[in-house]
Amino acid sequence: MTAGRSHETRRYALYGWLLLTPAVALMSLFAFIPAGATAWASLFSRGTNRRPAHFAGLDNYTQLFADPTFAKVVTNNLLYAGVTIPVSTAIALGMALWANARIPARGFVRAAYFTPTMLPMIAAANLWLFFYTPGIGVIDKIAGLFGFGPTNWLGQPDTALWAIIVVTIWKESGFFMIFYLAALQTIPPDLHEAARIEGAGRWTYTRRVLLPLLMPTTLFILVNALINSVKLIDHLFILTKGGPDNASKLILYWIWEMAFSYFDAPHAAAMTVLVLIVLGIVAAIQFRVIDRRAHYR
Amino acid sequence: MSTASIAPRHTRTRWIDLDAAGALVLALAWIAPLLFAAWAAFHTPHAAVSFDLTAPWTLENFATAWERAPWLRYVFNTVMLVTIVLAGQLVLCTLAGFAFARFAFPGRDVVFILVLLQLFILPEVLIVENYAIVSKLGLADTVFGIGLPYMASAFGIFLLRQAFKSVPKELEEAARIEGCSWAGVLWKVYVPAARPTYLAYALVSVATHWNNFLWPLVITNSVETRPLTVGLSLFGAPESGVNISVISAATLLTIAPLLVAFLIFQRQFVQAFLRAGIR
Repeated sequence: MTAGRSHETRRYALYGWLLLTPAVALMSLFAFIPAGATAWASLFSRGTNRRPAHFAGLDNYTQLFADPTFAKVVTNNLLYAGVTIPVSTAIALGMALWANARIPARGFVRAAYFTPTMLPMIAAANLWLFFYTPGIGVIDKIAGLFGFGPTNWLGQPDTALWAIIVVTIWKESGFFMIFYLAALQTIPPDLHEAARIEGAGRWTYTRRVLLPLLMPTTLFILVNALINSVKLIDHLFILTKGGPDNASKLILYWIWEMAFSYFDAPHAAAMTVLVLIVLGIVAAIQFRVIDRRAHYR
Repeated sequence: MSTASIAPRHTRTRWIDLDAAGALVLALAWIAPLLFAAWAAFHTPHAAVSFDLTAPWTLENFATAWERAPWLRYVFNTVMLVTIVLAGQLVLCTLAGFAFARFAFPGRDVVFILVLLQLFILPEVLIVENYAIVSKLGLADTVFGIGLPYMASAFGIFLLRQAFKSVPKELEEAARIEGCSWAGVLWKVYVPAARPTYLAYALVSVATHWNNFLWPLVITNSVETRPLTVGLSLFGAPESGVNISVISAATLLTIAPLLVAFLIFQRQFVQAFLRAGIR
């Protein structure tokens, strides 16, 4: 009996590992090994024809920290994250509440909110280019009606990053709405009824009943928005190319630029490692939160 | 709704009206960029920017955009890409999700944490090393090479594990009694039970890879492999000297397939999301 049992256990383990092997192999090849390789590469100097790459310790990092572009790009990305994460989450919640309410043309409203999600960021950037063109773009036309002069939204340091931020919020809010919508539909209507009978107004109901119930969804969305604030940079290629004067440059765009325009792989690797460390910290925090709330189990 | 007896009727109606108006205004604002692109695409650049409502409509811009780039080739490449990625993901994530959901073996929890960790190691951030690895495999500038890094999707594994876990064990036992092997159980019990999850995941995956840009930009170098997004970015580059109307026409051309598909499947899409319990 015992022998049969342990035989069974071993067979299960074998099956389990066989099933996992392809996924684990690919994951190692394109996530874990490259992450390690990047960390290793960040410790070597840039090789040239005359001088091959040599071990440089943390030189790449100190040079990176000394580079004024580093401070600029990190500040930009912090602002980008600090604005897009809360704003797109809040808009997503508002959208979901509306798209879930009994309003006329609900199908159209839902589709309209969600449409940007289906567009490639590159296409979205092309659409917004038409909005931002100085003088003849839609925004300046509207501003002109109120007597404002033309503004070079994408071409001046004060507004370029904000123009990028607006496009990102527009792009991701509708996607996050879907998650709120899904969560809202699991909330029994009786709760609303009960709250009304207790005399709770709309605002009280939203704040005291809905928001706590939506908390796991909010966490999920916040983490996704955070990841997007690193990842969503495609529109930079069309709208500003990080300019003017690095005013709208974000970290991932800078990594791409260092690696593939300036062929400066070691500094790109050092920057990548810093991003991975930050993402790792976020992951650790999220796992702790998940463990406590047991939301995913 | 039997709330009329509690709240005065007119207050309730006013709220609904305000909501409806707000929702509609936001909806219009949200599709405004698309509407203006459509306007520009069907007008001459001059008429487009002067908002001359009487200006004649034209298909000229589409003709110009169409002949200036190999769009059909780009569409073909993109369709190949999303198909390859999705096929790979479905196979790999089904196997791995099944292993996590139904097999107990040493090391499972450690590997699962690694999978969760991969959610945060974005392929986008690792473009430099992934470029080196894909090149070493001889897959640079191939459609398969664009897709390969995305096939072992942590998100997919995670979702399918959840879906498989919620399948009642009795179903599995019944199938075993009828003589099903493990593969049979997976194929006949678990995969059908997880259909909403598959649908939702497939839609998300197709939309993601149809729209992906940075990695394809890095790894492709020729018309034969370039997906639509990269083609569109080259087309719209300022150096190419095309005007806003032609760019709008090209943009509409590239987003049309996915947009039409979305409008047709909108209901199923949202439904799949809701039933898959992705939240």
